[in-house]
Amino acid sequence: MSSTVTARERAAWGFVAPALIAIAVFFAVPVIAALLLSLTDFDIYALADLKNLRFVGLQNYERLLTNPLFWGAMKNTLWFSVLGVPLAIAASLFAAVILNARTVRWRPIWRVVFFAPYVTTLVATAVLWNYMLHTKYGVINWILTSVGLPAVDWLGSPATSVPAILMFVVWKIFGYNMLIFLAVLQTVPDDLYEAARIDGAGPWKQFRHVTLPAIAPTLLLVSIISVAGFFQLFAEPYVMTQGGPAQSTVTVLYFMYEEGFKWWNLGSASAVAFILFLCIFAVTMVQLWASRKLGGDHT
Amino acid sequence: MTDFAPDRRTALGLLAGAGAALSGCGRNDGRTVLQFWAMGNEATNVGQILPEFERRNPDIRVVVQAQPWTSAHQKLLTAYAGASLPDLSQVGNTWIGELTAIGALSPVPAEAADLQTDQFGAVLGTMMIDGKAMATPWYVDTRLLFYRSDILAKAGYDAVPQDWAEWKKSMHAIKRAAGEGNYAILLPVNEFEQLQTLGLQGDDALLRDNETRGNFASPSFVEALAFYKSLFDEGLAPLASSTQISNVWTEFGRGYFSYYFSGPWTIGDMKAKLQPAIQPHWTTAGVPGPRGPGASAPGGSSLAVFKSSDKQAAAWKLIRYLSEPEVQARFNVITGDLPARQSGWNAPQVANDPYIAAFKGQLSRAKPLPKAPEWERISAEMQIVAERMVRGEFTPAAAGREINRRVDRLLEKRRWMIEQGRAV
Repeated sequence: MSSTVTARERAAWGFVAPALIAIAVFFAVPVIAALLLSLTDFDIYALADLKNLRFVGLQNYERLLTNPLFWGAMKNTLWFSVLGVPLAIAASLFAAVILNARTVRWRPIWRVVFFAPYVTTLVATAVLWNYMLHTKYGVINWILTSVGLPAVDWLGSPATSVPAILMFVVWKIFGYNMLIFLAVLQTVPDDLYEAARIDGAGPWKQFRHVTLPAIAPTLLLVSIISVAGFFQLFAEPYVMTQGGPAQSTVTVLYFMYEEGFKWWNLGSASAVAFILFLCIFAVTMVQLWASRKLGGDHT
Repeated sequence: MTDFAPDRRTALGLLAGAGAALSGCGRNDGRTVLQFWAMGNEATNVGQILPEFERRNPDIRVVVQAQPWTSAHQKLLTAYAGASLPDLSQVGNTWIGELTAIGALSPVPAEAADLQTDQFGAVLGTMMIDGKAMATPWYVDTRLLFYRSDILAKAGYDAVPQDWAEWKKSMHAIKRAAGEGNYAILLPVNEFEQLQTLGLQGDDALLRDNETRGNFASPSFVEALAFYKSLFDEGLAPLASSTQISNVWTEFGRGYFSYYFSGPWTIGDMKAKLQPAIQPHWTTAGVPGPRGPGASAPGGSSLAVFKSSDKQAAAWKLIRYLSEPEVQARFNVITGDLPARQSGWNAPQVANDPYIAAFKGQLSRAKPLPKAPEWERISAEMQIVAERMVRGEFTPAAAGREINRRVDRLLEKRRWMIEQGRAV
């Protein structure tokens, strides 16, 4: 070890220091603070006077795990993710493939139309969908009844509230993933399709053996983003159902919001945040592991 | 590298500019600017009576910020945590205990003590925490029944029955008279006020042991739960939450439900929003109780000044103005809010209003709600369990026990606070 190396090392540390400090201040410190907070019973009484704060150890976690509503929220979140992620990916991939086809005319217009829901205000569109899903006056039920099907109490019945909100969420977000897919689809070389066509492959076989392998890494990226997104679903049920009916649309994040900012039980809310973090982390690890198993060296 | 070298003056200029931008809405014209939060109907209409105050007090300007009722409670707590409370606010009467517990409120000063005279005792009682008045009642309300007299007549009733059994009979008759797809009463499953009223009518208190434990498995509350559930089970009330009823007045006008449970602000809404053809066919009546005319909670809002405000004197001037009986009577005409000052009720426009008479009777039977700071959340949990009961998850007795279990957990901190002598 000569002194020049130390000087270079010092310079290197100097260059990364600003970034490290920013990460420490804006990421590590809040996370540690939240972890400590989750071990206390911080509530409105503590807000008024810190002497009313008690260190309660793992009690917040223990209470969450025995709280049926928390498990209900976990279950609902899982439903949203299990149904929503494949649905959202399928819809966006389908739209991207169609838009990428050379036979489609006015492509820029279609792109704008499909992307528009993503950039419009969530609350405004949620209110609009509330009307579309209305049991008596909604256009969706009007369509159902005009073809002879029974009307559905979309947001009023615990059995249909999750699918109803999913419909809205998928419609709202598929444009974003579609853009990513569209970008990667345009990088797939045309000669591959040409070769496949000469070998006699139909559209499905071309999709299966040319498109899918080419976009596999992007598919993984989109699925990770979507899972994280669906695990953090909050605003849609907040605006459309306020967690109802019968708390069937209370998600983990909604639960955390109510604990933290409606009732000011910040200790308990921090514990929820940590559990949610662990869940997203675990699922992402599983996704990465699965993609390594299936796809080889894409990542 | 040195193209942009801000000197001290530039920096100060930037700061001043930012400051001016931030305070832009306050246009510094030497007047005291009062930030006043109001909710719902009051927020919409209070602007109509403020010019008179500003005329009498040219040195004060009032900025009203409207808050929706559904998030007002949470906004007050958030503003407290973020040190951004206004100078004064309209406060729901059941929140006063909580806001006092966190030390957000300024007690009523000696020079404003006279505002506490000429008030309803049950309402005034809810503002007294540990022997100190923490707020001044602005308007009083209580909930009772708005009903369609034409449909009731069609069902064979010329008045609302006085006890639960007869009331339910009238609902069955209405259900038959109103026709397919219509109901007798609207009880949104995400609103706690209806069940709270039924529960309050019983003999047993809602909380026990100095309001540190739930008392929802008591015989009278279980009776209320059973009655509430039966209204859904027998098809008299639609199993719907308020978010699903897009326009209450249209539905009331169509006869979708004939009994609507609400407070005095609905008088103004009914007058303004119901079609002319329906106008002669609605009126108000007291809530039936288990065995004769029933109680309901003394509701309403009060006006409170926050400890954090540095404009206490000006804020109390505004409260003094809003508490004048004549001003309250005028506000009643605009909003339907019932004057908190009893002499305000003598004003001819209040005394001669046919819809208000029932409120007088209902207020005389008002029963105070528990003053535990956690009450807002307790009533929310009560409703959550009740909705599950209505949907078949619990029997009334099991629902009572489940509410108790949840409430006892919520009140754990309060028990500790009382043991430590930190709460009353």
